[in-house]
Amino acid sequence: METLRAENITKQYAGHLALDKVSISVPKGSIFGLLGPNGAGKTSLIRIINQITAPDEGELFFNGNKLTSEHVSKIGYLPEERGLYKKMNVGEQALYLAQLKGLSKADATERLKFWFKKFDIGLWWNKKVEELSKGMQQKVQFIVTVIHQPELLIFDEPFSGFDPINVNLLKEEILKLKEKGNTIIFSTHNMSSVEELCDHIALINKSQKILDGKVSDIKSRFKQNIFELLYSSNASGIGHFLPEKFVLISETEEKHLKKATIRIPENTSPNTLLNFAIQQVEVHGFSEIMPSMNDIFISKVNEFNDSAKKQMP
Amino acid sequence: MNKTLIIIKREYLSRVKKKSFIIMTLLGPLLMASIWVIPLYLANTVEEERIIQVLDETGLFARQFANKENIKFLTISSDLETAKKNLDKDGKFSLLYIPSTELSVPGTAFFYSTNQPSLDVTSYVKDVMRREIESLKLESSGIDPNIVRSIKSTVILNTIKIDESGKEEKSFIEVNMVLGIFSGILIYIFIFLFGSQVLRGVIEEKTNRIIEVIVSSVRPFQLMMGKIVGVALVGLTQFLLWILLTLTIVTFFQLSVLDTTSLPNSQKLITTNDKILNQEQLQEFSNKMAQQDDLNVQIVEAIRSIDYGLMIFSFLFFFIGGYLLYASLFAAVGSAVDSEADTQQFMLPITIPLILAIVISQIIINNPNGAVAFWFSIIPLTSPIIMMVRIPFGVPYWQVFLAAGLLILGFLFTTWLAAKIYRTGILMYGKKVNYKELWKWLRYSR
Repeated sequence: METLRAENITKQYAGHLALDKVSISVPKGSIFGLLGPNGAGKTSLIRIINQITAPDEGELFFNGNKLTSEHVSKIGYLPEERGLYKKMNVGEQALYLAQLKGLSKADATERLKFWFKKFDIGLWWNKKVEELSKGMQQKVQFIVTVIHQPELLIFDEPFSGFDPINVNLLKEEILKLKEKGNTIIFSTHNMSSVEELCDHIALINKSQKILDGKVSDIKSRFKQNIFELLYSSNASGIGHFLPEKFVLISETEEKHLKKATIRIPENTSPNTLLNFAIQQVEVHGFSEIMPSMNDIFISKVNEFNDSAKKQMP
Repeated sequence: MNKTLIIIKREYLSRVKKKSFIIMTLLGPLLMASIWVIPLYLANTVEEERIIQVLDETGLFARQFANKENIKFLTISSDLETAKKNLDKDGKFSLLYIPSTELSVPGTAFFYSTNQPSLDVTSYVKDVMRREIESLKLESSGIDPNIVRSIKSTVILNTIKIDESGKEEKSFIEVNMVLGIFSGILIYIFIFLFGSQVLRGVIEEKTNRIIEVIVSSVRPFQLMMGKIVGVALVGLTQFLLWILLTLTIVTFFQLSVLDTTSLPNSQKLITTNDKILNQEQLQEFSNKMAQQDDLNVQIVEAIRSIDYGLMIFSFLFFFIGGYLLYASLFAAVGSAVDSEADTQQFMLPITIPLILAIVISQIIINNPNGAVAFWFSIIPLTSPIIMMVRIPFGVPYWQVFLAAGLLILGFLFTTWLAAKIYRTGILMYGKKVNYKELWKWLRYSR
């Protein structure tokens, strides 16, 4: 079951194509990472999902139904460029934004009081926004994003401007929302938070989607059969003894142990390497090195840009 | 609740609660009321009695000074030095010294006083002396002053307008001019004052970056209209409060300070008379009036001759219509820029028709029914101001309704145009925008 599906979304602005037949599918209850370099078209796609702008071509579906303005109250959006009215009271402002999402005044008040208490900003209700620190303003913004209990939450660079303590607080809240069954779209450049939070990703580059899927699937698709071996030996090193087609990438010495990274040939079981090593040296550790999202991101984007360059002589 | 209503409510309340709004609302009526009240007050204060000693060495003028309500003349015959010493320090006494001259007709006098004499006193003294000198001169050239007095005359020109049904109505060109220009300028000020509030509001939302949060909940058009209507209500509130408070202050003042019996005769008479007077009544009426009351009569009559129903109705209509027409353009400009400093290049085409209207209204009051007047009062960009300038002079109803209809169409058009620019502009940050760019935005589908 998918909460949101976008099919062949194309968006043309005068002079440039912002999105070129991009399709994504966001499974229910997942945290979906929307990745890509600056200017790739992420924000354009997010604005289309929020119905701030309309696509030139393509269709969107929410829980299997065509996306309409009825669904606005089921989506919560924390934009990258975000702010509040500086001269307005914090409480009044939160109430206003909650009412715009379709909550009644009574409901909104009750829920806001709960969240303000939870985020420890209850005393700031009657203060003007300009008196708040940036971190506190971000908390208020987070609250008004989730206040109407939307099924789908969209966070665009949510952690920018937060200190590490508040980043953790926010991560916890995002994970709690996921546990409750909410679906989350998460757009960021911060690859470590992608590794930490996301189940699915889509990578957009130069207005095209160049990669998508489950994070675990992508990682195994991009693994290069590289293993790390920790061993001790009196001999000079394992490199000399490796069978044909096994490549030693690097070898270092750490205190008493030596560490070697080795690529094994495709369709070869890691056991072959391990068996071989056991005969030659004393094995202290053996693990597969998975590619980081950061590596995949960079290699995939570079690969795409290179091939694009070749096409345009 | 409808989302546009929620927006209107916020835009309205956040402005009405501002200190600047409250101060303006209170200061405005005080200023307007003082324009009414101060002259009335001054006219009714009884000046304390003044005694003027007249030391007339020529002996020609002393008998001519008649005692007035609060000025008493006292002829003395001491020498100048003694008279000066005897001047009272509290200013109740002053000294008029007319020295003798070698000339047959003296023309110089000195007024000694411990405080500045009022204009009333000095002009009276001058007047009496001038008349006496004139008659002396006339006599010396052998003309009887009584003949001269009898040929002096004043002309009252009553301009009377006859409408299609043959009804006659007195018209008052000067009053119409003042009223027309005043309401035209008022509309001009209101459009600028509240239009730029819309402009600032849009820029504020853009620089605050709250815009993207809001447009994910409501359509940009709802936000724009909510803001425009909210500010319009602020304008109306302020306007109505001004009228109400001004009336309250004036009425209160009249009841508590002024005695109604002290109103000049003419005013009492006019209030019992009907607005439309026929020829005989007019004749009788002007005969009844003392010469000095004539201007008062004219003004009061003129003020009563205006069709206030049409005036107030059309003022409100053209004020709201003109505001709405321009406010959406102001909103579009606000959406296209990042700060108020960048608005200049786009403000020019908006301000030109408004300023042109004000300049042209000077011509229009001289010829309120000419072709220039007609066309400028029909074209929506200038009609709110020019039509209001013309209405006190009397405009055929069909022209008023034509202008009103076109204004509504014009407002719908500018709003449609502005909405297209607005929805693209509010999401563009940090981009220098020119007219070419705006033209592109107009053609985006959404």
